[in-house]
Amino acid sequence: MLVVLAPLVAAPAIVLIGRARAAWHLALAAVVASFAAACAIAWKVSREGAIDYALGGWEAPWGIAYHVDFLGALVLLTVTGIAVAVVTYARPSVEREIPESRRYYFYGCLMLCLAGLLGMTITGDVFNLFVFLEISSLSSYALIGMGRDRRALNAAFQYLVMGTIGASFILIGIGFMYMMTGTLNMADLAVRLPEVADTRTIRAGFAFLTVGIGLKVALFPLHLWLPNVYAYAPSVVSAFLGATATKVAVYALLRIMLGIFGVEFSLGEMPLHALLVGLGSLGVVSASLVAVFERNVKRMLAYSSVAQVGYMVLGIGLANTDGVTASILHIFNHALMKGALFLALGAVMYRIGSVHIRDLAGLGRRMPLTAAAILVAGLSLIGVPGTVGFVSKWYLVLGALESGLWPLAALVLFGSILALIYIWRLVEVVWFERPAADAPAIDEAPLQMLAPILVLAFANLYFGINTDLTAGLAQRAAEALLEVNR
Amino acid sequence: MLALLVVTVIAAVRSTDLFAAAILFGIYSFLTAILFMDLDAVDVAFTEAAVGAGVSTVLLLSTLRLTGRYEQRHKHSPALPLVVVGLTGAALVYGMTDAPDFGDPEAPAHTHVAKRYIEDGPRETGVPNMVTGVLASYRGYDTLGEVFVVFTAGLAVMMLLGTRVRGGRSSGREAIGDLLVLRVVGKVLIAFVMLFGLYVQFHGDYGAGGGFQAGVIFATALIVYDLVFGEADARRVMPHIWTERLIAIGILIYLGVGVAGMLLGGPFLDYSKLATDPVKGEHLGILLVEFGIGVAVFGAVMSIFNAFSGLRLPSEGGRDDV
Repeated sequence: MLVVLAPLVAAPAIVLIGRARAAWHLALAAVVASFAAACAIAWKVSREGAIDYALGGWEAPWGIAYHVDFLGALVLLTVTGIAVAVVTYARPSVEREIPESRRYYFYGCLMLCLAGLLGMTITGDVFNLFVFLEISSLSSYALIGMGRDRRALNAAFQYLVMGTIGASFILIGIGFMYMMTGTLNMADLAVRLPEVADTRTIRAGFAFLTVGIGLKVALFPLHLWLPNVYAYAPSVVSAFLGATATKVAVYALLRIMLGIFGVEFSLGEMPLHALLVGLGSLGVVSASLVAVFERNVKRMLAYSSVAQVGYMVLGIGLANTDGVTASILHIFNHALMKGALFLALGAVMYRIGSVHIRDLAGLGRRMPLTAAAILVAGLSLIGVPGTVGFVSKWYLVLGALESGLWPLAALVLFGSILALIYIWRLVEVVWFERPAADAPAIDEAPLQMLAPILVLAFANLYFGINTDLTAGLAQRAAEALLEVNR
Repeated sequence: MLALLVVTVIAAVRSTDLFAAAILFGIYSFLTAILFMDLDAVDVAFTEAAVGAGVSTVLLLSTLRLTGRYEQRHKHSPALPLVVVGLTGAALVYGMTDAPDFGDPEAPAHTHVAKRYIEDGPRETGVPNMVTGVLASYRGYDTLGEVFVVFTAGLAVMMLLGTRVRGGRSSGREAIGDLLVLRVVGKVLIAFVMLFGLYVQFHGDYGAGGGFQAGVIFATALIVYDLVFGEADARRVMPHIWTERLIAIGILIYLGVGVAGMLLGGPFLDYSKLATDPVKGEHLGILLVEFGIGVAVFGAVMSIFNAFSGLRLPSEGGRDDV
């Protein structure tokens, strides 16, 4: 309970106090409490299995209940962990990028966004999922709009329109499900849906849900809102959303498609299998290609995110244990990579004031630690053995081979080569080019920013070598998801 | 009624005069409210009338003061959006063909969870209005979420536009005009609107209404005051900084009730522990929570209005469109 409650209480408290410094301290306290609670939940789930918690004392289908299984626990850990890193890091960066009178609003919104994402993850009720989706979306539009670049507002507005369409579609889908089953609880839906699955209403509802969540996931070709959003948002927001937002949407996809509708309906009767595999592959290839030619590093990473989402969706589409394990694992792993990369870029922004690739020349000499973090996370993004990126791609290839789809395995390799090209371009500029003669002398970023970057970069290596914890959890989550409705 | 709705929407979309479009949207909301009324959904109708037809029209109009009245012609062709909208509509119709008949008492939506809400709701929650019972108790956590959505909206607007809290030209914007009629009517009206707001707030457990509607109605009263008597007077009644604090306080009341349930040994938002008699506890909890909602919604609407009206000052160099 405390996982969601901490940021929920922190947000109004921050506004009530209305001081920027106090806001940061409160936010930090909230995320630490939330992270600790997530750890406790993960511990409990791994020992005793899924947890249910009935809110307001009304048992499940009548009231709203939380439901946390392996998958939920992993996502909660990911999101709260990233939040701790981001909030610790935030203070210097926010002081540079956000005017003081608005800083406490900024932290308030950040807390709301976090609470929304956590609320979506922990809930066992589809309508409640929608409500918290709205909280997280609404606050993220505002956060993105705070970017210093004027284009940030445009990006936020574009996202607002797309996101609202997505949310309405999800709501229509939920409405159709309620119409046919009379319930909103996920477990109850899973029981009652098969009876009415063969109706047009449910099919249409399923379609609406797919498109709606697809928009939120930034599934190709519904990803057009994403690159500008990540590119122009304030550094802290890029890092937080880049590492968590689409992941939670992927989680929602897993919960609804596999958890509620079940594998056989989603991937058997409905054409979701072909859709996810096809669009996932297209997303990987096209977004990676765009990334290769992008000059703004944040935008480049944004396109790379679309490609990574493609991998996750691909894994779900495969519908075998290894494929789904790869997707779940990639939720966690990608959060580590993109978290580290975007935070590192935020530090670059802090010192240099630009993230255009030509301004990064010789960064390796000027900010060696930050540049090292970029290198590690970049290698992880490519999928070099010894990093987390390798582990999830390994499972994905296994899953593809298991389904006899060897071209997909080749596609994963091709995607990695493209990633190699765009990451290498970055690494080359950072490490092997000399800084421009007129470049101002700069130091390493402040320790407060550097520490979270290095911790995340180190996590990329640690969980890449020591895979038992994450891969084990992901595998059990995948098995549970695939078995429920068999 | 539905035909009227369609006509209004088409008119609103085709109009390039944004002022007219805003009013048409107000009419649209009002028609929807009547439709809801027709379907016996009194609480929803009430909300739609207060929020859709009332406050959002005012907000749209005050935005228009900033942007100018007429829309620019779009250059891109409407083909793609039309196809998407057409497909969506088709999917909706397709989905409805297998749905249970309208008003069918055997439909799943009426026989599963709703059955308990209707049959046992008033007894279990101590509140005769079932809608309030479901809203504030059975699904109280969702409602908490909704209040947070409102809070987020207020925060977002304040953050993006920036509030003008500190002094400077504290005299503020002038009133609409020194119209004696407006002042007299306003004075009389405001008192009744506020009284009605209070009634809706505290009578939500018996009749239609509750915190959401009451908050909006109360805010309307202050907005009318602001429009008629000028911002300076309105701010003397309700300083800007307090509107945002009120949202936070309202939400903390709601959260506090929830946490109190936890401290007394139940789950979060369990009101039955608040009093020795569980049903009394439920009732008390619902009242408190509704109060929190009312305060928060009032604060949010006021904050959003203030953020927009605060921006009016710089452009007040003469060209006033509305």
